[in-house]
Amino acid sequence: MIRGVFALVALLLAFPAWAEVKVESLTTPAGIDVWLVEDHSIPFTALEIRFRGGTSLDAPGKRGAVHLMTALLEEGAGELDARAHARALESLAASFGYSASADDISISARFLTENREEALALLRETIHAPRFDEDAIERVRAQVIASLMSDAKDPDAIARLSFNRLAYGDHPYGSDGEGTPESVSALTRDDLLNAHAGAFARDRLYVAAVGDVTAEDLARIVDDLLADLPETGRPIPGPAEVSLSGGTTVVPFATPQSVAVFGQKGIDRHDPDFFAAYVLNQVLGGGSFESRLMDEVREKRGLTYGVYSYLAPRDLAAVYLGSVASANDRIAEAIEVIREEWSKAATEGVTLKEVEAAKTYLTGAYPLRFDGNGQIARILAGMQMEGLPTDYIATRNDQVQAVTIEDVNRVAAELLDPEGLRFVVVGEPVGLEATVTD
Amino acid sequence: MKAVLSWVAAACCLAGPLFATTINDKVTSFELGNGMQVVVIEDHRAPVLQHMVWYKAGSADEPKGASGVAHFLEHLLFKATDKMEAGEFSATVAANGGRDNAFTSYDYTAYFQSVAADRLELMMQMESDRMVNIRLTPENIATERDVIIEERNSRVENNPRALFSEQMNAVQYFNHRYGVPIIGWRHEMETLDLDDALDFYKTYYAPNNAILVVSGDVVPEQVRELAEQYYGAIPANPDLPERVRTQEPPQTAARRVAFKDARVAQPYVSRSYLAPERDSGDQEKAAALTILAEILGGGQTSYLTERLQFDSNVAVYSGAFYSGTSLDDTTFDIIVVPSEGVELEAAESALDQALADFLRDGVDPEQLGRIKMQLRAAQIYARDNVDAIANRYGRALTSGLTVEDEQAWPDLLQTVTEDQIMTAAREVLRPETSVTGWLMRKDDEVTQ
Repeated sequence: MIRGVFALVALLLAFPAWAEVKVESLTTPAGIDVWLVEDHSIPFTALEIRFRGGTSLDAPGKRGAVHLMTALLEEGAGELDARAHARALESLAASFGYSASADDISISARFLTENREEALALLRETIHAPRFDEDAIERVRAQVIASLMSDAKDPDAIARLSFNRLAYGDHPYGSDGEGTPESVSALTRDDLLNAHAGAFARDRLYVAAVGDVTAEDLARIVDDLLADLPETGRPIPGPAEVSLSGGTTVVPFATPQSVAVFGQKGIDRHDPDFFAAYVLNQVLGGGSFESRLMDEVREKRGLTYGVYSYLAPRDLAAVYLGSVASANDRIAEAIEVIREEWSKAATEGVTLKEVEAAKTYLTGAYPLRFDGNGQIARILAGMQMEGLPTDYIATRNDQVQAVTIEDVNRVAAELLDPEGLRFVVVGEPVGLEATVTD
Repeated sequence: MKAVLSWVAAACCLAGPLFATTINDKVTSFELGNGMQVVVIEDHRAPVLQHMVWYKAGSADEPKGASGVAHFLEHLLFKATDKMEAGEFSATVAANGGRDNAFTSYDYTAYFQSVAADRLELMMQMESDRMVNIRLTPENIATERDVIIEERNSRVENNPRALFSEQMNAVQYFNHRYGVPIIGWRHEMETLDLDDALDFYKTYYAPNNAILVVSGDVVPEQVRELAEQYYGAIPANPDLPERVRTQEPPQTAARRVAFKDARVAQPYVSRSYLAPERDSGDQEKAAALTILAEILGGGQTSYLTERLQFDSNVAVYSGAFYSGTSLDDTTFDIIVVPSEGVELEAAESALDQALADFLRDGVDPEQLGRIKMQLRAAQIYARDNVDAIANRYGRALTSGLTVEDEQAWPDLLQTVTEDQIMTAAREVLRPETSVTGWLMRKDDEVTQ
C-alpha cells in the first residue's frame, strides 16, 4: 500500500458527489418554523421536537423536577392512564422518546404513514395533557431514585459528576439534572405541573421532520401539535462560569480500574476559530485510532482501551473534555502521557500532514452521519438550536477545508492550557498525588 | 380518544400482511469459487456503503486454555501485514473519510468499514490482504495484550453487574464454551501469546470460512466482480475443521448463584433458562420464544411489568430477553429489580408466581396482536437502516442459518400461534435447566 495513492484518492474525495440532503424551511400558518427533508421512499416519518432549557430550568430546591416530569410524559395523558396509553401506542407501532438534558427537552417521534393521525393524537395528549397520576409518579420516582443510587457507585458517573461540580459550582450545570435521591423524594405533583408549565413554550421551540410527509401536511401537523402552547416559558439561566484550575483531584473508590475525566475551558460554537479547534482536537484526541492520544496511550504503551477528547460547547458554557481509564497501577502513567501531549501540542503545534489527514477524515465522515430519518431529524433540530442556516450541511465541509495549519497552531497555542487542565480520577490510583482537594 | 381506540381494536385483529414490499427484495446472495459467501443489501438513498467480512470463528471456537484469543486476534488484525504498516488499515479508511472497527462474539468475528460508495474496491483490497497476510511482532503481542486486559477492566472488572453475569453464564453451561466469557478469563488472557493468535488465525481465517456482507449504494454485479478479484484470488483452506463443539448434557439440577460486591447499589434477581436456538429450516420454536420474551417482558404492557410493577409494587423494573440467533443452545433470560424495601427472596417468589400464573392463564390475544403489529412495522422501520439488516444477515450466516432462513424469519414470527407460544414456554421455563442469581450488596454495606 503506497500512501501516495491514497493521498490522490483523498484529494478527489474533497469534491464529493454526496446526495444532497435537501432541507426545506417552512413557517406554519400559526408561525412556527419547521425544517423538513421530504423523502417518500419509506412510509414513515421521524419528527424531532426540542424545547430549549431542559433540566437547567429546575426551580431552586426542586432539582430533578424537569427530568421526572419528562419521564412521566409517557405515563398517561388525556383520558388514557399509563397502561392504556402504552397499549394504544403499541397498537399503532409508533414510538415517542422523551428525554431531558441540561440544555433541552427532546421529543423524538416515529410513526407510520398509514396511522399517522392516530399516532399524532396520542403524541399531542402527552405534550398538552400529561396526567401525572399519583401512582405513576411514585412508580417513576422509584425508578429515578434507583438509577441515582446506581450512579453513586458507578466510577464513570462519579467522575463525570465530580468534574461538573468542580467546573461549574452552583450553576445548574454543576449538579446532576436528575437530582439527588433526597431532592427527587421531596418533589410533589405541583412541582411537576410547574416544571411542565415552565418547559413547554413557543419561545423555545424547534421542530424538524424527515420522511414520508409533505410540507403542507407537516405544517398542519405541527400547528395541531404545538400552536396552542403558551408563548413564553420559565427564563433560562445565564451562562455558567467555568472555574477550572489545573491539577488532579482523586475521588477514592474501591475498584480495579481508575476512571479519569479531564478538561479545561473550551471554545464557543460560534467562535470564528471553532473549526480550527475542531480540527486540532481531531489530531489530538478525536476518537479515531490515529489521534495522538490514542497512539501514545493505547497503541504505543497499551495503557488503556480508549482515550478520547472532545469539544463540548453547550448553551451556557464551553469546555474541552476528555476521558481515559487504566488499571490503578497504570493510570498515573496514562495521565502523565496525556499532560505531555497537551503541552506538546500547545507549544509545538501539530504537523501539516496531521491537519490534512484530520480534515480529510472529518469531511469524509460528515455525510455518514446522515444515516436514517430519525438521525437526520435530530441533526436538523440541533442545527436550528445552534442558529445555523439550512445550507450549513452544504457549506460545513468547506469551512473545515478552509482551516489552515497556521489557524490550527495559533488556536493550539491559545486554547490548550496545560496548566489549567484538571483531572478527576475515581479509583485507587497508585503513585498519583492528588494535587487539588475538592 | 374514542376514535383512536376503535382503530386500535381493528389493528389488533388484522392478521394479513399489511405491507407489499419488504427488505427481502433488496437482498442478493451468491458464492465465490473458493466457497466465500457473499450477501448484498441494496439501499440507493445515499452514496455510502458498509463493507463487512464475518468469520465463522468466535470465542466458542477457541481451544481450551486460550480464552479470549478470538477477540485478541481481532485487535491484532489492525497491526501490520505484508503490504501495510501497523495502524495503516484504519488510517487509510480515515484518509478516505470512512470509519472502521471490528467486533467479536461467541460465534463470529466481524470487521467493517463505512465509506463512500466509490471506495468499495479499496476496502476489499485491504480486507482481503489481512485475511491471510498479517505479520505480528512480539511487541504487538505485549502491548495489545495490555490493551485487551484494560478492555476487560473497563467492561467487566469495574462493573459488578458484568462480573455477576459472567458467573451466571459459567454456571449455566456445564460443557459448552458459551460458559466462557467472550473477552476471556483474565488469567488466561494474561498468557495469550503469538502462537495462540497465529494458530487461531491460520485455522479459521480463510475465504471458505468467511462471509462478505455489503450494504448500501451498490449493485450485486459490481460486488461480485470486485469480490472475485480480491477475495476470489485467495485459495480455500482445505484443512478447515468442522465446526463441532462439546454440547450440553441433559441439565437436571436447578442452580443458584449469590454474588456480593461492595459496588452494588441496586440488587436484583436474574434468571436464565437453557433455550433452543434458531436452526436452519427449523425456526418455529425460536420464533415462539422470541414472541414469548415480548409477551413476558418486552415493554410497558408486558405480563411481568403488569404483574410486578403495576398490579403490585414488587419491582422498579422487569424484563425478559431471548435472541435465537446462535449456533448452539442459548438462554432465555429474565430480570427483576425489586422496589425499595422488597427483599430479593420476595422478588423471586413474585416472579415465580407470575410465571406459574402465566403458564396457567395463557396468552392474551390482544397483546399478541399488538406485538405482531409492532413486528410488522419493524420491517418498515428497518428499511431506514440497511446496515442493521446487514448485521442481522452476518449474525445469521455465522450461526448456522441460511439467507432463506433469515428471509423467512419475519413472516414466521407472524404465524406463531398461542399454542406454539405456550408449548415453548412450558418446555423452556423449567427449573431443572435454570440458574437463578442474586446480585447483592456486601453485607456491611446494607446499613444506612
